[in-house]
Amino acid sequence: MSETAVVARRLSVGYGSHAVLSGVEAFLKPGGSTALVGSNGSGKSTLLKTLAGLLPVVAGGLEILGRPVGESSQRVAYLSQFHQSGFVLPLRAIDVVRMGRFDQRSRFARRTRADDVIVNESMELLKVSDLADRPLRDLSGGQQQRVYLAQVLARRSALLLLDEPTAGLDAPGRAAYIDALNFERSRGAAVVTATHDVGEASMCDRVLLLAGRVIADGPPNVVMTPENLLETFGIGLTKVGDQLVVTEHHHDHDH
Amino acid sequence: MGNFVDPFLHNGFMQRALLAGILVSLTCAIVGTYVVLRGMAFIGDALAHGVLPGVAGAMILGMPAMLGAAVGAAVMVGGVGFITARSKLSNDTAIGLLFIGLLALGVVLVSSSDKLTGDLESILFGQFLGVTHSDLLAQAIALVVVLVVTVFAARPFLLLCFDGDLTRAMGYKAQWYHRLMLLLIAGTVVVSFQTVGSLLVFGMLLAPAGVGALLAKRIGTMMLWASVVGIASTYFGLLASYHFSWAAGASVVLTAVAIFFVVLTGVSLQKFVQGVRT
Repeated sequence: MSETAVVARRLSVGYGSHAVLSGVEAFLKPGGSTALVGSNGSGKSTLLKTLAGLLPVVAGGLEILGRPVGESSQRVAYLSQFHQSGFVLPLRAIDVVRMGRFDQRSRFARRTRADDVIVNESMELLKVSDLADRPLRDLSGGQQQRVYLAQVLARRSALLLLDEPTAGLDAPGRAAYIDALNFERSRGAAVVTATHDVGEASMCDRVLLLAGRVIADGPPNVVMTPENLLETFGIGLTKVGDQLVVTEHHHDHDH
Repeated sequence: MGNFVDPFLHNGFMQRALLAGILVSLTCAIVGTYVVLRGMAFIGDALAHGVLPGVAGAMILGMPAMLGAAVGAAVMVGGVGFITARSKLSNDTAIGLLFIGLLALGVVLVSSSDKLTGDLESILFGQFLGVTHSDLLAQAIALVVVLVVTVFAARPFLLLCFDGDLTRAMGYKAQWYHRLMLLLIAGTVVVSFQTVGSLLVFGMLLAPAGVGALLAKRIGTMMLWASVVGIASTYFGLLASYHFSWAAGASVVLTAVAIFFVVLTGVSLQKFVQGVRT
């Protein structure tokens, strides 16, 4: 469990040979957390998908849990931003969480007691135990998101890759998510989250500000300056307490 | 009660039709569940029509119809993969082109041969009442194969219905399992077309599984509902066919589709009443 979670050197990510984001350097230790912050189209989801082995590396080097990317899938949990058919599938919430254990046992092995314990713990952490028998399609967007997060937790992974994990969550949902994340990190899991929520990013050890390239890279209090945020989002933002206040508009893109 | 049971007690062809219908229903319930959940109705439809030139060609050459159907289905599946890989065209354009091309080829083949006059109808609508013992054997084998594959691939199939990216992120070869699913659909069409016909087998794939999707909370229960609806449709459809001299395959599929709309109306009404109360 002591190997590095993510090592990226001069990494370019994108589709086919077309790089969406270049020059990524990353070094993530067990228990550590990195936030990928940027607006839509900044390359943060593409980077996350590449880390998950869903897209081939365009250029540069990438190792996940000490092995070439894609070879540690059993120890990686990925939360995608969109779910294809969550509204059609006849599945109960608990069935969705149980799916997280699918590749943790051999093909024909039945669910064990240990699997059940982990599934129940994960649902309790996200406060969705009372929804266990409800059909997924009858749940609200925020409740579904919590169920998907419980599925991620149920994998007991060494590396969590989360795309917009707090999308649609209300305040209690966010609190449950933060508790769950602390639990995962305390047992040694590393976490990478893609977000445009600056408040969420400031809870991570390290922040990568992205806009097709790496604008800044470092601890949140060093990196998240008004100048850097202006460059990342194209609008001026200043952190006042936990809130972001728009201070000026960026006009560079108009030229 | 006599009217409901007697036709099956005294006629060998009705017994074989019922048995064939049950086998087709069970196979279609399992495969149809994935067709409905993954939104693969169009490729299913295309496969069902794509077998036509294969069957016609086999008949002209004096070869087994099922072999021709298999070739037609293989051309369809391979062709869709080829077109989408070589062009930027979407899947449904590729499927649509092949579907209509193969259907046209089938009609041309049938019309060009004196031997096949009148056979077009039996290919499209099946010969439910002319089921032979070897047809039954083929259907039983198909059901066993479908069951084995579904048990073998249960987890990746469920994941594919849920989220393709998640399937791959968990290390399953999503593309491989997608092709396996296509093969299952193709196999079901190839084996079932002699009973319900290539046009109507598609109804047995969609309607019972559609009812399952409306009623079930779990995939297993969805397959169970689909099986019940399929078997009930076979029974009542054959009965109607016997008493009123309706075309057997069409009666069965019509019953299945009717059940779907009745259940859909019931579920919608129930939701409406719940909405008024709350």
